[in-house]
Amino acid sequence: MKLNDAIFGVLLMLLGAAVLVAIRGYPKIPGQPVGPALFPGIIAAGLCIAGVLLVARGWRMRAAQPWLAWDAWVRSPRHLLALAVLLGSVLFYILAAEKLGFLIVAPLVLGALFLVLRVRPLQAIGIALVATLLVHFAFYKLLRVPLPWGVLKGIAW
Amino acid sequence: MNTAAVLQAFAMVFEPGTLLAMVLASLFGLFVGAVPGLTATMATALLVPVTFFMPPIPAIATIVTATAMAIFSGDVPGCLLRIPGTPASAAYTDEAFAMTRKGQAELALGAGLVFSAVGGLFGTVVLIVAAPALAEFALHFSSFEYFWLVLLGLTCAVFITSEEPLKGVITLFLGLLVACVGLGNPAGFPRFTFGSAEMTGGIGMIAMMIGMFAISEVIRYVVDTSPPAELVVEKVGNVMKGQWELAKKYPLQILRGSALGTAVGALPGAGADIAAWMSYAMSKKLSKEPQKFGTGHVEGIVESGSANNSALAGAWIPALVFGIPGDSITAIVIGVLYMKNMNPGPTLFTTNPQNIYAVFLLFIIANIIMVPLGLLCIKVAKRILKVPRNILMPLILLFCIVGTFAINNSMFEVAVMLVAGIVAYVLEANRFPIAPAILGVVLGGMLEENFITSMIKSSGSLSAFVERPIAAGLAAVTLLVWFVPPVLRALRMRRAAVPA
Repeated sequence: MKLNDAIFGVLLMLLGAAVLVAIRGYPKIPGQPVGPALFPGIIAAGLCIAGVLLVARGWRMRAAQPWLAWDAWVRSPRHLLALAVLLGSVLFYILAAEKLGFLIVAPLVLGALFLVLRVRPLQAIGIALVATLLVHFAFYKLLRVPLPWGVLKGIAW
Repeated sequence: MNTAAVLQAFAMVFEPGTLLAMVLASLFGLFVGAVPGLTATMATALLVPVTFFMPPIPAIATIVTATAMAIFSGDVPGCLLRIPGTPASAAYTDEAFAMTRKGQAELALGAGLVFSAVGGLFGTVVLIVAAPALAEFALHFSSFEYFWLVLLGLTCAVFITSEEPLKGVITLFLGLLVACVGLGNPAGFPRFTFGSAEMTGGIGMIAMMIGMFAISEVIRYVVDTSPPAELVVEKVGNVMKGQWELAKKYPLQILRGSALGTAVGALPGAGADIAAWMSYAMSKKLSKEPQKFGTGHVEGIVESGSANNSALAGAWIPALVFGIPGDSITAIVIGVLYMKNMNPGPTLFTTNPQNIYAVFLLFIIANIIMVPLGLLCIKVAKRILKVPRNILMPLILLFCIVGTFAINNSMFEVAVMLVAGIVAYVLEANRFPIAPAILGVVLGGMLEENFITSMIKSSGSLSAFVERPIAAGLAAVTLLVWFVPPVLRALRMRRAAVPA
């Protein structure tokens, strides 16, 4: 996904403006000549200036640089699906791992990704299960990372 | 040099645990480097959650060895598939593949291996000589000097290393803005926390790096529509044959590549990849037979192959002495050093010299064992290149999730990782450089802290920033880097406008 520089310029100006608004209420610190607002303020001003320059450049180059150019994968349903599953699976992990537990969520994430990347189904399920157990052993047992048990709390080992 | 400390360093390095960590890290690094789409920086990011649970020296050992190996083994797929294994090999991938086409794959692979090791050792020697000397010098630095030094580092990252300075400035600002989040500022005032408890601690740097360097690569892989490359070589013979002759034929090139690589590595923001590009260009420019470049000529591979490995060691010089990363790998390393209570800075050299000597030793060993292990890697290269990436990438993803979670046992960090990965992917797809952003995040706190401390010391007077001679010198260099390129460009344009 390629955007014209001008679009990024506008986004940066918005970000800079938002920061400038947010720091208005920051306090002055007694004994410090400059407060916590100074640094973000300078950065925000810089973002606004850079945004203007980028808009100017994007506008000058609008003939050569389209507003929005899709890469080849956008026209390929398989790649779109793979991207959706990839991002969705991390989100799913973040939202569901505490409740369902690592041992349920991890094989689902792996299995879904394997399938969408065209690993053979049997192989996908097998590797998903083995890899989950290995990662669980390495991180939970050896490194003592408290991976969530979720609904499997009863059988926690 | 302190003999007791050196002996202590030997004892720490030649301990079974450290040696075992090095061997495993070597194999990991060789593998990661040889698989296209997995980079040396990604290897480092993936290692952090593991090093988290190790004592300091083995932890550093794994990173030093894995990265050295990965930068070499990135040459292998470049030579056999015409796909660089890591960005550091991209500069001479076409050259190496052209040699393979001519039936000289062995010579190209061997040159990559041998001169990687030579370059790495050269960089190590410079690190050993320069870092302690710089550290002694830096002991006298006050917040004024540090302020300018950090600013100079950030400036270099933007102006010297990126093709488009404007986009570099923008990603630098974004990085600095991320560094502002949380309570970690001189006033201790919560900034941009949106009332969330997790945000008060700031954005987790390691989570961000795993996102930017590993998750973004996984995204790039799943949307990659290019057809798989095919192996053209059936059997790789003896790669060591002819290397001694090359060393005798191109001594100047080896020296030049290593020296340039070390210098570029030491510049903040520019790492092994930029070192290789610059060195390849220089090799071609100064060669007696520039017309042969691009047709499968080994000279450029010798020179830039040593440059990218020497850059690795060079990057550690500012990282250890000032806490200013020389490349994206050392940006992660600095995070690890803080976690291990080895806070970078000149005092690290005086209070715990054995740790520094141990780092030097690790570099020497890593670059020596690179040769036998690299030979092994070349032997099994065909099998590594056939590893199915559709199985590998989901495994890396799971490892990233669990590894990021492990750092603070926080799901919030996993979310940070995901967002950072998406942002890095979008930025890179639109030709925004990532290195300045990383530097901004790593150095933002240091820049602000030294600025505020200096302002308090000078009771708000800006002239104090240039009163001390070294501070004034650093300020002058910084301003030169800002203003000389635009002035030169303006002059050149005016000259071009005048009809000849």
